[in-house]
Amino acid sequence: MLNIENLTMKFGGVTACSNFSAKIKKGQIVGLIGPNGAGKTTIFNVITGVYKPVEGQITFNPKDHKQHLLVGLRPDQIAKLGVCRTFQNVRLFSELSVLENVFIGNHLRIRSNVFSAVFRLPSYGAEEKAMYEKSCYLLEKVGLQDAKDEKACSLPYGMQRRLEIARALATDPRLLLLDEPAAGMNPQETGELTRFIRAIKEEFDLTIFLIEHHMDVIMEISERIYVLDHGILIAHGNPGEIQRNERVVEAYLGVE
Amino acid sequence: MKIKEKSSVTLLILLALTIVGLFLANKFLDSYKIRIITLSGIYITLGLSMNLINGFTGMFSLGHAGFMAIGAYTVGILTMPIPMKEMNFFMQPIAPFLANVEWGFLPALLAAGIIAGLAGFVIGAPVLRLTDDYLAIATLGFAEIIRVVFTNTQSLTNGALGLKGIPNYTNIWWSWGIAFVTIWFMTVLMKGSYGKAFLAIREDEVAARSMGINLFKHKVMSFSFGSFFAGVAGGLLAALLGTIDPNMFRISLTFNILLIVVLGGLGNIVGTAVSALVVTIMMEALRFLDESINLGFIQLKGIPGMRMVVFSVILIAVVLIRREGALRKAKRV
Repeated sequence: MLNIENLTMKFGGVTACSNFSAKIKKGQIVGLIGPNGAGKTTIFNVITGVYKPVEGQITFNPKDHKQHLLVGLRPDQIAKLGVCRTFQNVRLFSELSVLENVFIGNHLRIRSNVFSAVFRLPSYGAEEKAMYEKSCYLLEKVGLQDAKDEKACSLPYGMQRRLEIARALATDPRLLLLDEPAAGMNPQETGELTRFIRAIKEEFDLTIFLIEHHMDVIMEISERIYVLDHGILIAHGNPGEIQRNERVVEAYLGVE
Repeated sequence: MKIKEKSSVTLLILLALTIVGLFLANKFLDSYKIRIITLSGIYITLGLSMNLINGFTGMFSLGHAGFMAIGAYTVGILTMPIPMKEMNFFMQPIAPFLANVEWGFLPALLAAGIIAGLAGFVIGAPVLRLTDDYLAIATLGFAEIIRVVFTNTQSLTNGALGLKGIPNYTNIWWSWGIAFVTIWFMTVLMKGSYGKAFLAIREDEVAARSMGINLFKHKVMSFSFGSFFAGVAGGLLAALLGTIDPNMFRISLTFNILLIVVLGGLGNIVGTAVSALVVTIMMEALRFLDESINLGFIQLKGIPGMRMVVFSVILIAVVLIRREGALRKAKRV
């Protein structure tokens, strides 16, 4: 589904990631781990079009027959193709209500133009109703239905993270990129999150690529794991292989 | 759903009361006061149009006077009777394609809006790649460019001489009618999906574009709509005053509107409308501060522009104490 080839990203003289390749198959949950500053979020930013890589190619085929090159597209175009993300430090529309946040996630699929929206033409009305219902459904999925009229910034941190996932789901993604979804959660919450990620993957037929520092989460749900250190891919494989890999242990614990 | 019905009933009552109020004002007040109320209607439209750009979409634009100038000149040239045109353009005859036009007020107002909106589109397309203070400087520059161009296009705008004898079509009903249309437009726009997308851009551009919102398209859209209404309001103003010249449309005009928007609360439709009314009335009511004041024991010499100090103080107070605007209680869309 997503094919990253020889991706290199530099900021001035700093190489954030070099020669990174990865393959994500449809329906997989794939993990991306590495020590702080290894370049994980940079890779997400390149996939979603925030940065343009110095080298490399990213191909995305949501359905088997159609190939899209992601490099060079704008973030909103990439989102339209069905790649959506959450952010490491939550980025909600904080002054807007919870419901509005999810509602806005629907906007990219709108077919009516702005004039039919202003004049409330029936075609727009039907569309808005569907968007509203979908938003409510997604909020129910993430357990925020009772908070839908609250301001997004007034929610506790854990709920903000779930709201961000709901907003991303509203864009109808095929590939969902989660940037540290379990950050700041206690073991009980991470357990819930793991189940939640599995559940949405099944229900919305998603492929998931996630960055995470909680090893128990990553080892439990990922089918494949890519390990990054100083911008270089040092290992990839299934969780068992990664746990036994010496270079990974070195990168995390150091060597004598 | 219940709340929705309730609020629309309240709105209807408010609308009815305002119309009755306007009717009574029109009947019993003297022409000076009627004129002030008419002017407030125009300022409501101006405030709301700037609010769309600055308050809802979060773009710091200071180009309003320029778009008003475009609207004002469009209405002035299109509605002016043909003999009047000949009298006005004595330095250089008017461009032939405009010499024999004399439109009705409504089509002229629409043309004013559309031309200003198109100008907004043309200016917005390159300028809206900038953000924050850079955008403010660039839009301010464009407003000045429009003014300077109008000063020099003698056969089109009569240059620095300005236009005199524009028919006084604007009355209380025109100005408030357009104000109501603007309030309605902004309300439904912001309720719908496109309005929410504008808000998303204001809140967080990075998140908005990651959610698939085409920043550029939506920014240009918001900017063009704002310019459209600024143009219409400019047209109303031209037909209220009867005389316009390029120097009317200086930066200070933009700042008056910005004052209204900030006092009413950025992103607050009701607040902006009320603050437009209050500020316009105060602008006139405080005129005594500009004249010499006799306190009995001491005679203060009049300083023109003293009344603006009052607004400055209020503005500073609002920014320090209530950044969300003086009238925040009303629900923000």
